[in-house]
Amino acid sequence: MTTVESFEPKIIGFLCNWCSYAGADKAGGMQLSYPPNVQIIRVMCSGRVDPQFVFSAFEKGADGVIILACHPGDCHYKEGNCRALQRHCMLNLMLEQLGIEKERCRLDYVSAGEGEKFSRVIGETVETVRALGPLRLDQ
Amino acid sequence: MMNGMPLSGVRNVFKIGVTMPEKPKLAVYWGASCGGCEIAVVNLHEKLLDVDAAMDFMFCPCLLDTKKKDIEALPDRAIAVTLFNGALRTGENVEMARLLRRKSRLLVAFGSCAKGGCIPALANFTTKDDLLNTVYLDNPSVDNPARIIPSGTTSFPEGEIHLTPLLERVKHLAQEVEVDYYIPGCPPESHQIWNVVEAVLSGDLPPKGSTIGCGTLTVCDDCDRVKEEKRITAFRRNYEFYPDRTACLLEQGLLCMGIATRNGCGAPCTKANMPCTGCYGVPEGIQDQGAKMVAALGSVMDIGDTTGLSEGEIAGRVDDFLATIPDYAGLFYKYTLASSTLGGRVMR
Repeated sequence: MTTVESFEPKIIGFLCNWCSYAGADKAGGMQLSYPPNVQIIRVMCSGRVDPQFVFSAFEKGADGVIILACHPGDCHYKEGNCRALQRHCMLNLMLEQLGIEKERCRLDYVSAGEGEKFSRVIGETVETVRALGPLRLDQ
Repeated sequence: MMNGMPLSGVRNVFKIGVTMPEKPKLAVYWGASCGGCEIAVVNLHEKLLDVDAAMDFMFCPCLLDTKKKDIEALPDRAIAVTLFNGALRTGENVEMARLLRRKSRLLVAFGSCAKGGCIPALANFTTKDDLLNTVYLDNPSVDNPARIIPSGTTSFPEGEIHLTPLLERVKHLAQEVEVDYYIPGCPPESHQIWNVVEAVLSGDLPPKGSTIGCGTLTVCDDCDRVKEEKRITAFRRNYEFYPDRTACLLEQGLLCMGIATRNGCGAPCTKANMPCTGCYGVPEGIQDQGAKMVAALGSVMDIGDTTGLSEGEIAGRVDDFLATIPDYAGLFYKYTLASSTLGGRVMR
């Protein structure tokens, strides 16, 4: 049985190929430690993250989702991260109506050089979702 | 004839009428619905006579006097086609869905309620108890001092009244029984109903589980408005202005759902200068209409020049942009909440 103490959140991370995935690599290269709860899916651009992916992640058992993008102005495809932000803000409004705390779906910016920020953001997200508890989609 | 000339299916109709000893039985049943789907069937106009010539239209509580016990008395699979409209809101809806599944060779989810839950499924944004409290206790126009919520069995001097139980959640038909085909629409367009009747009679049907009586693309494909580059500087609502009659409604800021809605209707709403509200549901290959609307709108919002703004300020500007619409989920899932990925508000 899952208790609050033993609950290990399962989080899906969508990382942009050009900045954030490289940022995750950087964190690895720097041998920074961060919790292992995030399962990373590399996408070519945060703008590729279809809101269907986020719903699917929750439906298939994820307790949280994190989307990591290039900083504004740095997108390899000029404005994919801007689209990701706009979708994320709108999606958050819908998630609240659907009874899912918006803190379970986070968007942040990590550049290729920000290994430390990657490690911090992952740590924060895991703690936030852990505090919220498991997301159970009982029908 | 609706289009002036008899269609090929009409010839098949008579052929079948001659060669078969008994006309195939047609049933039209309603679950939780408004009756609009029956109106759409009646809107076949003179073609109803062709339907009657080819099929034995034998069960339709809205139009005919056949009873449930008559259906129960039929052998299994005796009905050729049942067009089931309406969502599943009550135990009785489920019972009838199972009965008609057993008695029908083809069970068709007819209309948006049977296909995706439609308006009745908007109740899935709340719990059953909250729903009952709102309807029977908290509504400002309700006077219910004894705080009675009708349910179960109630005794009256004249006898007992049994109320069918409400399901915890509104379901679409395929969540309870196997569905052979889906016809979208709120209601389905009559010319598409006729297309389906023809297809059924000629046996020219796609693989089971297909959505029929519609296209596979989006309403934009049916809509003849002029489409240019989409950059929306603000979302606007119907009451705020009279839209231009030729330009794309989405480009004018209206949240027209044609972009994430299956075609086949012929875009009557945009022809009438009203935005598509999404009644034909998801296009082929899409699971979640609301998610697709978010994806589409996220690409066309124009929040202006953000040079020099901090990340927080940019996010604030997006939030301000979005604040003009009060109910995104209700808007985007008006017809498909029950069949969406999450199916409604997460119950905990």
